[in-house]
Amino acid sequence: MSDPAWIDAALRSARPQAVAALMRHFRDLDLAEEAFQEACLRALKSWPEKGPPRDVAAWLIFVGRNAGIDEVRRRGKTQALPPDEIISDLEDAEAGIAQKLDEGDYRDDVLRLLFVCGHPELPSTQQIALALRIVCGLSVRQIARAFLVGESAMEQRITRAKARIAKTEIPFETPGPVERAERLAAVTSMIYLLFNEGYSATGGEAPVRAPLAEEAIRLARLLLRLYKTEPEIMGLTALMLLQHSRARARLDAEGAIVLLDDQDRRLWDRKLIVEGLALVDKALRHRRPGPYQVQAAISALHARAARPEDTDWTQIELLYATLERLQPSPVVTLNRAVAVSKLHGPDAALAMIEPLADQLSGYFNFHGVRGAFLAQLGRAGEARAAFTHAIALANTAAEAAHIRMHLDRLMRDGAPAERQASA
Amino acid sequence: MLYAILCYDSEDVVSAWTKEEDDAVMAKLHVVHEKLAREGRLGPTARLLPTTSATTVRKGAEPLVIDGPFAETKEQLLGFYLVDCETLEDAIGTAKDLARASSSAGSYEIRPVGLYLPGAAK
Repeated sequence: MSDPAWIDAALRSARPQAVAALMRHFRDLDLAEEAFQEACLRALKSWPEKGPPRDVAAWLIFVGRNAGIDEVRRRGKTQALPPDEIISDLEDAEAGIAQKLDEGDYRDDVLRLLFVCGHPELPSTQQIALALRIVCGLSVRQIARAFLVGESAMEQRITRAKARIAKTEIPFETPGPVERAERLAAVTSMIYLLFNEGYSATGGEAPVRAPLAEEAIRLARLLLRLYKTEPEIMGLTALMLLQHSRARARLDAEGAIVLLDDQDRRLWDRKLIVEGLALVDKALRHRRPGPYQVQAAISALHARAARPEDTDWTQIELLYATLERLQPSPVVTLNRAVAVSKLHGPDAALAMIEPLADQLSGYFNFHGVRGAFLAQLGRAGEARAAFTHAIALANTAAEAAHIRMHLDRLMRDGAPAERQASA
Repeated sequence: MLYAILCYDSEDVVSAWTKEEDDAVMAKLHVVHEKLAREGRLGPTARLLPTTSATTVRKGAEPLVIDGPFAETKEQLLGFYLVDCETLEDAIGTAKDLARASSSAGSYEIRPVGLYLPGAAK
């Protein structure tokens, strides 16, 4: 049990709760982080010999609290460092604190910490970097690598985010139901943003960024354990599990995107799919649909189809219609049109997206999808023009390559390309 | 005598394993499973999905459905069923039937099974 790898894993999994409780205690993020670091150092010294404590988080909170008090005193220069005896009787430490920290405290502490990191006033890249550093405990070097920036640039970004946080008023009182719901909404969108940073990476970036998607899933699981009855958290967790289950199939050897229809479904991770499906099932029981649940349900229908032709497009179209109602957006309508094309043919789908031309004229995938519909209708000239337009608007090389593939197919076959334009 | 061997571990740690790490652990366990199977001693084996996918039915005049795993410490694990259900709703229905049939005050925790080996113990 004193295997250092086990200690690392235990410290990492207790981190969100411990840092969150220490932040409430000290009302200061930096001090909470330092106190936690100190507690970890002491754990590394004491656990290999004594074995791990029964409640790892409670131990770290108690030891961290004492270490933090030392730090406050040292800053005040009023007193020398107290000796280690203060934390000598760790068995008592656990018993005392475990009783005081009920689940309600933990919940609000962790939510507060996540909310502070994902503070709406911070730009999204800073939110994510801060959450990875403080909640997930990734090193600055690891975060910098995932964001493809230098270590010092990332260090600066995190410092700036912390300075900004220090100026805002961190709400330490127990949140009411409305505030709690608002915080949960901010935190879930931060987690999904983090997931997409990892999930949407292509090419050589994909392997270095993949851990971001895994951290996001870890945070969602944590949130779900704390808020057991929130269907949107179940939906968010399920959505990420189901999308992540395709990670091995969605990029080819060169790191280019493989369309859903073309993916080798044997590479999908069944374990993640089964868990995602179970969570969708659990969320739907609540009959309180939300955007994450609906997107998860769409993802679940893809996951359930053994072959592309088994996909239940009727249900998918209905779910996109629900999503349009819950969260109206031209991009959702565009996705719904893809389902409509599968059900009613490209004519109906094209008619559906033509009115979006004004709103989506700058969005590469609009022209990509439009080109695919035109190609299916045999309007090769117009299709080629749409694809060329899409390539010009693509943000990344992978996006451009993705559209170029459509164009190549069009040139090669000169025939309808039965392909969905989004992976 | 049949013995049930129940597995406990930190879900947080286990769920953080990469697919490769998880596969490696399962491969090692499989060696043990194989030996037991050859001897005709291995009964049904199940690996449950995480507690985040759990639902609990509390017994009572009208059984109560609660999201999440069974959380009380006053009661002890007395047994388990493996039931094939179309949906979670069906599983909850089955647990409610059981709850009405046994009048005490416990709970049924419902956990989806991720991996199932039917086994063939004599």
